[in-house]
Amino acid sequence: MKKYIFILTIIFFTMLTDFVRAQQARTVFIKEGSFIPLYGSVSKNPVVVKPFYIDVYPITNSEFLEFAKKNMPYRKSKIKGIFADKSYLSYWKNDLDFGNVNPKSPVTSVSWFAAKKYCECQGKRLPTLDEWEYVAMADTKKVDARTKKEFNEYILSWYEKSRTYENEIGKTFKNYWGVYDMHGLVWEWTADFNSIFLSGESRKDKSEDKNLFCGGASVNATDLMDYAAFMRYAFRGSLKAQYSTRNLGFRCASTTKP
Amino acid sequence: MNKKIIAFIIVLFTLQSCKDSKKEEISITSKNKEISDLSIYNLPSQWTTQDGKNIELKSLRGNVLVMVMIYTTCKAACPRLVADMRNIESKLDKTTKKNVKLILVSIDPVTDTPQKLKSFAIANKMNQDPWIFLRSTEDNTREFAAVLAVNYKQISPMEFSHSNIISVFNPSGELIYQQEGLGVDNDKTVTKINEEAKKI
Repeated sequence: MKKYIFILTIIFFTMLTDFVRAQQARTVFIKEGSFIPLYGSVSKNPVVVKPFYIDVYPITNSEFLEFAKKNMPYRKSKIKGIFADKSYLSYWKNDLDFGNVNPKSPVTSVSWFAAKKYCECQGKRLPTLDEWEYVAMADTKKVDARTKKEFNEYILSWYEKSRTYENEIGKTFKNYWGVYDMHGLVWEWTADFNSIFLSGESRKDKSEDKNLFCGGASVNATDLMDYAAFMRYAFRGSLKAQYSTRNLGFRCASTTKP
Repeated sequence: MNKKIIAFIIVLFTLQSCKDSKKEEISITSKNKEISDLSIYNLPSQWTTQDGKNIELKSLRGNVLVMVMIYTTCKAACPRLVADMRNIESKLDKTTKKNVKLILVSIDPVTDTPQKLKSFAIANKMNQDPWIFLRSTEDNTREFAAVLAVNYKQISPMEFSHSNIISVFNPSGELIYQQEGLGVDNDKTVTKINEEAKKI
């Protein structure tokens, strides 16, 4: 009997550590609001963002390692071609070793499928594009800092810096919502990244029902000054779900309290 | 103490959900060892046909699939896309046509109930073999579109902007050809389909 209790206690504590670890992926509450995104709103009507929760930080290498341990099909050598291209976790040494990179740097070179699965496994989901942009327009003090010159300069100066993905999470600024690293660290996947139509690209496969999206991306832009956002939308528009690149990571979100 | 118990239960719960998914995947991979890495039959999503029948994509295995994503309330591009599909169908080799399924997947599962798909099928005289209409959850639809590299966005309650891509899959579920654009020359698409259908 004593032995039994002993074993149970051990199980309990291992689970508790797991729990504590899971808690490190902290989320914050984002209040309902509306905004006019750079792109994608119809006739300049604001997009309403329902209340939701979002991770304070992007997912790190060590967090993704835990996930890989538990989910064999999402390991570097095991992932199926339909879910990730060849560069999936390319900088990792092997399935369960991310090598010499900082454990607290964001995991990148993950496909949309892997990012989605990771969040599902946490009982969460990827943020939608509108949710992500809504959180990302805040600076340290304002919900919407998009018209601030310094804010845009900060973002654009990051786009010119290289290898910021090697940095640790949480070293950029804490924004109005208490969220870090929306700018300055890595680009991030969103749930509906494949909802972008930049008519500027000369592909013939896009339909512009009733020509709402016609006239090239720039005409659609509600704020031409927001060149930084334009860069993000253009980048997303160029992605495929299997792609994994070194500067692209992710964080999770949730509709209900996780 | 109470808190600990709650935490314990939560832990059990979260562990459970992750394990479940693991189990599910293992069973999927073991059941279908022959499914290749690039096959859409790796997708576990559930779909409903215009007849209200629930299927997994896997059940279509062994057929050449010609797939397009549309929505039935669409006024502009979809009628042309449907016409393109019909055009392809009319050019298929009669002797091997039985090995081909032409599938229209809804990008608007909220509006496109099985009943809606059914009446669309009837109205367009497509309520019979080789035509199949499919719908799933919004999540599964988004994922499927990601596999096909089809982009779409709801721009108003009844309107979507979407890519015009017709995709051809071999009997193993691997994407072998994509036709992009509206009313484009479909000779190559038809040749690809007939070639694959002949192999069966």
